[in-house]
Amino acid sequence: MIQFLLKRLGVVIPTFLGITVLAFALIHVIPGDPVLVMLGERNIDPTYYREAMHRLGLDLPLWQQYLHYLGNLLQGDLGTSIKTNIPVLQEFLALFPATLELSLAAMGFALVFGLAAGIVAAVKRGTVVDHTVMGAALTGYSMPIFWWGLILIMVVSVHLGLTPVSGRIDIEYDIAPITGLMLIDTLISGEPGAFVSALEHLILPAIVLGTIPLAVIARMTRSAMLEVLREDYIRTARAKGLSRSRVILKHALRNALMPVVTVIGLQVGTMLAGAVLTETIFSWPGIGKWLIDAIGARDYPVVQGGILLIASMIILVNLLVDLLYGVINPRIRHAR
Amino acid sequence: MNTPLQATLPTPDFPSPLAEFWRGFARNRGASAALAFMLLLALAALFAPWIAPYSPIEQYRDALLTPPAWAEGGSWRFILGSDELGRDILSRLLHGARISLWIGVVSVLCSMIPGVVLGLLAAFYPTRLGILIMRLMDIMMALPSLLLAVAIVAVLGPGLGNTMIALAIVSLPSYVRLTRASAMTELTRDYVVASRLAGAGTLRLMFNTVLPNCMAPIIVQATLGFSSAILDAAALGFLGLGAQPPLPEWGTMLAAARDYLESAWWVVTMPGLTIVLTVLALNLMGDGLRDALDPRLKQND
Repeated sequence: MIQFLLKRLGVVIPTFLGITVLAFALIHVIPGDPVLVMLGERNIDPTYYREAMHRLGLDLPLWQQYLHYLGNLLQGDLGTSIKTNIPVLQEFLALFPATLELSLAAMGFALVFGLAAGIVAAVKRGTVVDHTVMGAALTGYSMPIFWWGLILIMVVSVHLGLTPVSGRIDIEYDIAPITGLMLIDTLISGEPGAFVSALEHLILPAIVLGTIPLAVIARMTRSAMLEVLREDYIRTARAKGLSRSRVILKHALRNALMPVVTVIGLQVGTMLAGAVLTETIFSWPGIGKWLIDAIGARDYPVVQGGILLIASMIILVNLLVDLLYGVINPRIRHAR
Repeated sequence: MNTPLQATLPTPDFPSPLAEFWRGFARNRGASAALAFMLLLALAALFAPWIAPYSPIEQYRDALLTPPAWAEGGSWRFILGSDELGRDILSRLLHGARISLWIGVVSVLCSMIPGVVLGLLAAFYPTRLGILIMRLMDIMMALPSLLLAVAIVAVLGPGLGNTMIALAIVSLPSYVRLTRASAMTELTRDYVVASRLAGAGTLRLMFNTVLPNCMAPIIVQATLGFSSAILDAAALGFLGLGAQPPLPEWGTMLAAARDYLESAWWVVTMPGLTIVLTVLALNLMGDGLRDALDPRLKQND
């Protein structure tokens, strides 16, 4: 197991270093002078300019600048936002729970409905139900989620008036961010109505963000189930006199879940990319919206730090999934 | 001495491969319908300036936000309605098809060709160059494609050209990995060894011997890549990082439509519906191609 871990780390560390080079390069290939961009001025005093160059370390050779950057990075210093003057890491940590809550809700939605749809389609294989479910899944997979979000807002929020249009909670509530997860914080606060308000705000964004993972999980579950349902032990279980639903839910599903688990791990990246769009549509105050706003405001330290943090997170999650998979399935651990 | 290499594309000589492929593809009704839709869309894009009723940027100030013809208050003057500046939505969608398909074609070609070459190199020189290439690809794959595209556009600046560059870069790894994987399998086959022994040079082995046998998954990937390019380009446009107004790019149109959710459903609905149909058609075609080209990958139906 330790050998497996070391082997995976041998891949992960160079990848991480590569990402740091990418993020470092981001600032240095911006068209125009980084100092002018960062100071946001055109006609500045040459002495002040030289001073700024020196202060930002931009007068050093590139490789020294990179080592400097890497050194700061390892100490948790990702630079400071130009717009707010708050350290990038601090901003990220403050906003991340919102994205986490949204992603967890979306994944929960995708799992419940994706598994159900996949199982039903597999069991009813070749029928109208199967074709409908798979057609819907392919449509969901082809959906531009920003449009899907707009349509849902238009129908559910505007015309039916069922859910709020944007934000995480009605402004009348002032909830102290204890965990950062609004659903939990509102429960702790004990304020009447706050939890329901938070839930109402969460539903549509979670559906929008969960749609593509739902489609992927449904397709994956269906084909994994079909594979498993063909096995001899399923026939044995049925011959033993077990009920159909018991065989499907207990015997078949357990083995069909393996590939599905992998897919869930792979969906983390999709979720974070989707969060950028979903949060923009619903004005959800998470890291996706933060990143897009920073690009709009040319707040390069935030763009640089945000991209780096998101990439690191994805690398970390993939590493965890790999390790988990190695624990569950010894054949992978010992391969090659 | 061999005759010099002819400067034509390698044409592998299977027993009527095209007919065989077509039989497999045409049997798939969804894929055939999708192909028909895409052909229609391509024709519409090609002839947009002639078949579109109006110019895509002409503003009819007397007819702001006219509903579509069949809706209450609509007229046949603007079949799919008009937008907030009084521009004809149908004309904008038709011209937008040119932009979207153009983005798809350019970004797919610009990532497929270098991707295939890099993949072949990685397969032929697996020790040093191959490892280097694959590590680089791992780094690019660490970010989801849309986020990497956002990062690239953040650096290069928004716009149509930069969108294509960004989309070409982000889909590079998939071609490299795919080509490398299939080329590695082919390299162990006897016919490659025989060709090598017969004195074929590395370039000839790469492009003439091995590549034609790796094409099936690459073609499928190109089709699916086409659909994700259109989707990602629309997403960038929607975020204000892609094609800029007044260009009638579908995603850019949606970005402007956001303010009319309450008053004008057609401004929001039409561009999105067009994107869904196009992407859906390309995905159906991709599935059909995969089943017809490579029966081993066929899903259980």
